[in-house]
Amino acid sequence: MLKRFATKIWQGRWGYVFIAPAMIPFLIFIAYPLVQSLLLSFYKAGINRAKWQYIGLKNYTNLLTRDPVFPTAIKNTFLFVLGVVPAAMVICLFVAVLIYPLSQRKQTFFRAAFYMPVVSAGVVLAMVWVYIYSQEYGLLNYIFDSLGLLDLLNNGEKIGWLAQANTALFSLAVVVLSWSLGQPLILFLAGLAAIPETLYDAAKIDGANSWQAFWKITLPLLRPTMLFVLVVLTIAVFQVFVVVQLMTLGGPANATQTIVYRIWVTGIVGSKFGYASAMAVILLAIVSAAAAAQFKLLDRQLT
Amino acid sequence: MTQTSIRPSQDFLPGDEALRRRYQLGRWLRYLALAVVVLIAIILLIPILWMILGSFKLQRVAMAYPPELIPSNPVLDNWERLLINRPSLRWLLNSFIVAGGIAIFAVISSTCAGYAFGKKSFPGRTLFFWLILMTMMLPRQIYIVPLFVLMRNFGWFNSYQGMIAPYLVYPFGVFLMRQYMQSIPDELLEAAKMDGASEVQLFRHIILPLSRPAIGAIAIFAFMAGWNDYLWQLVMATDELWLTLPVGVAKLTASGVGSVDVGVGMAGATFAFIPMLLIFLLFQSYFIKGITVGALKG
Repeated sequence: MLKRFATKIWQGRWGYVFIAPAMIPFLIFIAYPLVQSLLLSFYKAGINRAKWQYIGLKNYTNLLTRDPVFPTAIKNTFLFVLGVVPAAMVICLFVAVLIYPLSQRKQTFFRAAFYMPVVSAGVVLAMVWVYIYSQEYGLLNYIFDSLGLLDLLNNGEKIGWLAQANTALFSLAVVVLSWSLGQPLILFLAGLAAIPETLYDAAKIDGANSWQAFWKITLPLLRPTMLFVLVVLTIAVFQVFVVVQLMTLGGPANATQTIVYRIWVTGIVGSKFGYASAMAVILLAIVSAAAAAQFKLLDRQLT
Repeated sequence: MTQTSIRPSQDFLPGDEALRRRYQLGRWLRYLALAVVVLIAIILLIPILWMILGSFKLQRVAMAYPPELIPSNPVLDNWERLLINRPSLRWLLNSFIVAGGIAIFAVISSTCAGYAFGKKSFPGRTLFFWLILMTMMLPRQIYIVPLFVLMRNFGWFNSYQGMIAPYLVYPFGVFLMRQYMQSIPDELLEAAKMDGASEVQLFRHIILPLSRPAIGAIAIFAFMAGWNDYLWQLVMATDELWLTLPVGVAKLTASGVGSVDVGVGMAGATFAFIPMLLIFLLFQSYFIKGITVGALKG
């Protein structure tokens, strides 16, 4: 028995040789810190290693009941995901269906325009949008002013998009949305290209109009793509960090705190390793639950 | 690709006025919807344009209200201050070394592992693959704190190895390469083995040349991921000379509210944007391939 297993391993030795360049760094830089994250969450742990102390579940109970900011951060993270992800899906689907029949050249233009924010990266966009959102000299207030919207919305006063608690989170979500469109759009266009033309011809012969064709053919056949996009987008939006750190620092009045931003502030800046690890484990639980739910959706789709 | 896939049929009977009117209405709706799409595209492009224009504005002009849409008196002051007074060329170099290093290591580990997972059989194959696949879904922030502690113990702050190390394994690349390997016919490998090719020869002379498209996609994506890995580089670089380009330019404007130097900030943002733009324009087809390959059997 043991011998047979040993032979199998020996026969597969080249497999191990080839996975080693990935598995060794995986163990050191992903698996080990991941396990460490779980362990640290039960400790009061700071810069001084000698003072690390096991405190059981206290980090978790403090986080959920006594922390003045963390529950808000959880709420904001969910608002981000629930706002940006569906919006990105709907917009991309709408755009993809509309530009798919266009000529290749026009399609390339739109693809490039929507992909441009992805290329320019979070930092660059965050910096520009701070400028655009500025209360005193921002472009957005100027545009709103020119269209008469400031009079309509704010009695002609300029709006402090990032300075007001009721607009800050939404303003950040718009920035995140702007770079969340490029990838799904390309995926949807590829998904549309994979739908056989004959299905539409058959529908036409049966007297279906284009609206019916969209609901009965396009949407069902795009569902695998939609679910893939859903999973990828959700995970990406859970990680929102750069807009918070560069645009609002979590303010005003904690209106834009997110889980990931709290982890950075607490764990890296504040050196409270244990407490931040507990936040990370909560994030892990949330992300896993979200992914599991979405995969379940995917499974039901496939069977 | 036919052009009429989603449009309604045009060949209705002559004289059927109601149907014709409905078709006209549909066409107008379509034009209206396309106008919305164009509007979204413009909204997405305006910030980039505004950034480039801003980089040529004096502080006084950049902070004027109403804003000067096209700078009437464009200046190079901001660019001068960015390129001469700040180590921005060093930041550019740092970013290229880090992102380039990440791309190289990601390609090596992904190609090897993807080959093994796709074409070899050995005990634990499924388990190891799932372990790597699962971390593809995990945000790095979940283990960033212990990783930070680990790097502190290694003494790897302000170093290239510290910024590259977490990317030595690139789960998306492993996944993509395994998908790709499965499309290579087994007969090809067996034929080479019959001819007496060793494992290493097989990999070098058959697998590597065949997987060139996937290698290109992985290199581009790993490079982009490395270039944009703001959070980790922010954590690892504390010394001004060790900042990467995104982290460096972000610090240009983060000098406290009130004293924000908008012009230099916009010049820095533009400077950080240009390299990725060039890479995108040069390797566009790889981007699209990489995005779609991952999804096909995902």
